[in-house]
Amino acid sequence: MCTQEVASLIVGMHAPDGFLDPSVAAAMAIVAAIVLGKALRASEVELGDRRVPLAGVCAAFIFAAQMVNFPVASGTTGHLLGGALAAILLGPWVGSLVVAIVVVVQALVFADGGLTALGYNTVNMAVVPAFAGWALFRGFRRLLPRNVGGVVGAGALAAGVSVVLSSMAFSLQWLFGATAPVAFDTVFGAMVGVHVLIGVGEAVITGLVVAAVMASRPDLVVGAADLSPTQLAGQRRVANRTFAIGAVLVALVLATAISQFAAGDPDGLERVAEDTGFADTAEAQPFAGGLFADYATRGLDNEGLSLAVAGSTGVLLTLTVGWGMASAQRRLRPAPSPRP
Amino acid sequence: MSSPGVFDHRHLHVHGTSPIHRIAPEAKLLGLLGFVITVAITPRQWVLAFAVDAAVLLGVLVVARLTPRVVLGRLAAILPFVAFAFLFPFIGDGETTSVLGISLSIDGLWASWNVLAKATLGGAASIAVTATTPIPELLTGLSRLRVPAAVVAIIGFMFRYLDLMVDEFGRMRRAMAARAYNPRWLWQNRPLASSAGALFVRTYERGERVHDAMAARGFTGTMPTFSEASTTRNDWLLAAVPAVVSLVGFTIVGLT
Repeated sequence: MCTQEVASLIVGMHAPDGFLDPSVAAAMAIVAAIVLGKALRASEVELGDRRVPLAGVCAAFIFAAQMVNFPVASGTTGHLLGGALAAILLGPWVGSLVVAIVVVVQALVFADGGLTALGYNTVNMAVVPAFAGWALFRGFRRLLPRNVGGVVGAGALAAGVSVVLSSMAFSLQWLFGATAPVAFDTVFGAMVGVHVLIGVGEAVITGLVVAAVMASRPDLVVGAADLSPTQLAGQRRVANRTFAIGAVLVALVLATAISQFAAGDPDGLERVAEDTGFADTAEAQPFAGGLFADYATRGLDNEGLSLAVAGSTGVLLTLTVGWGMASAQRRLRPAPSPRP
Repeated sequence: MSSPGVFDHRHLHVHGTSPIHRIAPEAKLLGLLGFVITVAITPRQWVLAFAVDAAVLLGVLVVARLTPRVVLGRLAAILPFVAFAFLFPFIGDGETTSVLGISLSIDGLWASWNVLAKATLGGAASIAVTATTPIPELLTGLSRLRVPAAVVAIIGFMFRYLDLMVDEFGRMRRAMAARAYNPRWLWQNRPLASSAGALFVRTYERGERVHDAMAARGFTGTMPTFSEASTTRNDWLLAAVPAVVSLVGFTIVGLT
């Protein structure tokens, strides 16, 4: 199994039963149920009686897309998570509904992810990526030119960052519902570190998929519904390699910024890890390539910083998801009459 | 196109006529939910309660005639998480113990055990239900449990078209491979991602065609339901056994 696959599972996606405290699991189940109930009603307003067949085939598409192995580096592969992609293509309501249904089916029918973990798995894989992804997409669209390139670029960036936000959401759930004596900063640092890398892959693939759809049926991309035919015509392609290098640079800047913020004094921490024999063990672990060793803060040497990180993450997440929901609410309109 | 074996739903249902196979689906689903919730709320030190859970679950798997190969094969889905949980003793805080010269966090060891026990029991219980219930019955069960009809219908459509999507993408991938497309790096993904985009367009258009066909046959937003064999009290009693046994074990261990 490749690093990215292992790492993408670490986020609490498809987490099994017992991974987080029952109280957090229950709270997240309530959050997921409320959002999905709303998404279910909103998608009926948007799609009318086309909702059932369209959401059904789109759920099958997301399921299938998650099974595709995309090459990452020298033959290793990763797969798409697809939360932000679904929101950009189908809109946040239908998108979150479709991805949530995929997560539910994976737990219920494929025993992939625990039933009692369904609440937080749904929040982390469907609610946060779809709504935060949508908010970010709208934000990036404002910064980028109003053409196909702008939609593709905003989609890629939103998808990449939404994966990181999901990992932050899991870290916050860990803060309240940890079942192991592993400090929040350790989980946060490792999660965000790993998911910045995964986010690069997610960004590239999402951007390319959106570009492909924009090239043939731009009318199907809900996130580009505001572009006029002239704006759609004036497209400018970005070279693959330039795009990938750009994404990696953005990721590195992000990773550096976040790790400076999260890890405190890395040298001291590494020493602690070596003293406790963890550094040796970490090398033997197949995943994260010693990332845990670099990030592990062990205990609460800097409690204030931990709380600051947790607090600001919570605020950031709430604001982004909230913004996504608010803007999703605004674009909620009656079902258009089916195309002739 | 290689795909994780756990997703291969064509082999999810294991045909059989055991008493477990015959229980009404909604009873099985509710019984499963009761069992996994009891397991999830069991404190990790109550090893005896987990032993009771394991025993009753083993009984169910034996009665359902599910082979260890089927159960263990599907349980592999939880392995990445269990592997992650095995890190807890190394990165955990608190009191430590020394095993073979490596210092391990005692709390971390308990945490690993917690995830291992609950993930295995929860996973195996889900497998016991999914392997003995065909998908259409599972959907009937969901709708009888008052899951919104639209959700059940969407899941039904998803299953109906899943194989089609997977096979369609497999054909595209094979066509690309036949033309010597063998990507190894992130920036060589454009053809693969474009195929995924094309698949989305085809999917959406297919969805619209399907809707047209349904509308032509009188579809107005709700799927027709068919009344099937009614659920007897026996179904509910039988399906409740694992959850009740688990709860009894939980209570006894809790009181002593």
